Amino acid sequence: MGDYRIIEVKQSVFADNNADAALLREELTADGTFLINLMSSPGAGKTTTLKRTIAALADTVRMGVMEADIDGEVDAAAIEAAGAKAIQIHTGGMCHLDADMTRQGIREFGTKDLDLVVLENVGNLVCPAEFDTGAMRNVMILSVPEGDDKPLKYPLMFRNCQLVLVNKCDVLPVFDDFDCARVEERIHFRNPDCKVIFLSAKTGEGFDEWIEILRTWITEFKQGQMTPPVHYDI
Amino acid sequence: MHELGVVFSVVRQVETVCMENAVTKVNKVVLELGEVSTVIPAYLVDCWQWAIKRTQILQETELEIRMIDAVTYCEDCEKEYPTVKHGKICPYCGSEKTYLLCGNEFIIKELEVE
Repeated sequence: MGDYRIIEVKQSVFADNNADAALLREELTADGTFLINLMSSPGAGKTTTLKRTIAALADTVRMGVMEADIDGEVDAAAIEAAGAKAIQIHTGGMCHLDADMTRQGIREFGTKDLDLVVLENVGNLVCPAEFDTGAMRNVMILSVPEGDDKPLKYPLMFRNCQLVLVNKCDVLPVFDDFDCARVEERIHFRNPDCKVIFLSAKTGEGFDEWIEILRTWITEFKQGQMTPPVHYDI
Repeated sequence: MHELGVVFSVVRQVETVCMENAVTKVNKVVLELGEVSTVIPAYLVDCWQWAIKRTQILQETELEIRMIDAVTYCEDCEKEYPTVKHGKICPYCGSEKTYLLCGNEFIIKELEVE
């Protein structure tokens, strides 16, 4: 018999991330910085949506964007060109951002003078949904060409979002099998409380509603009236 | 890659426990993994082998994975059934008012140390 002993640990691995996320939320609340976790598939229009959002908020909201990608810095360059503070995080091959990586990025960024930070998560509908990043609101972009069946295929993503932006509505006449009523119904099947906005980052259609929600959220957050989202692991 | 991220978390948590207990060598880490935890055991082991080479005290540490069956409960007929086989819809009464009882665990159960 070997000369060894057993240490009982009984710790959930996800619990570690949940604790990191809670800590980051606390710090950001003290700083007065509202963090949004923006998720979507690759190519759904996260960066284009952000560029238009930056332009719409430029006069009243001090905004920063954290770009998370496996490699490259094209997104950060595009955001800086649009007029917001940007930082690029490389996940080094990982498919999602966890709370600790988000916190490191935020600390490097320095959020004291920012009202709003948007974390542009890795383009992926699976893994980013599983990890609480410490954001106060999770927003997902679903673009019309991806199809209206996505809420059926990626349940957790839709469950963990408080808002879905249905983007690229300008191409609805071409993708005429995409049914707006059906997609809304399917999103609410996964998450009855989820808000849905139809918009186009290209034409600006529907943007007023999205900007209005952002402004309301920032105000609620700054007044301490916002409750953190419930995070589902499965 | 998803498993890589969770392996980093496991390594970090195990290192913390070792530090708190003044442990210098770990023979084995025992994980409990639910059937529907979204983590694939074979990939987890591959990532583990890669990640431990970058640590001080876990270089030789074996990873043992104990699987936990997923069980779902039906609120309408109050029966339990295996999740993987039947999914969200109750095989007895067809209800969708069901919830997972267990099977999404990802727990560091214990460490075998010298």
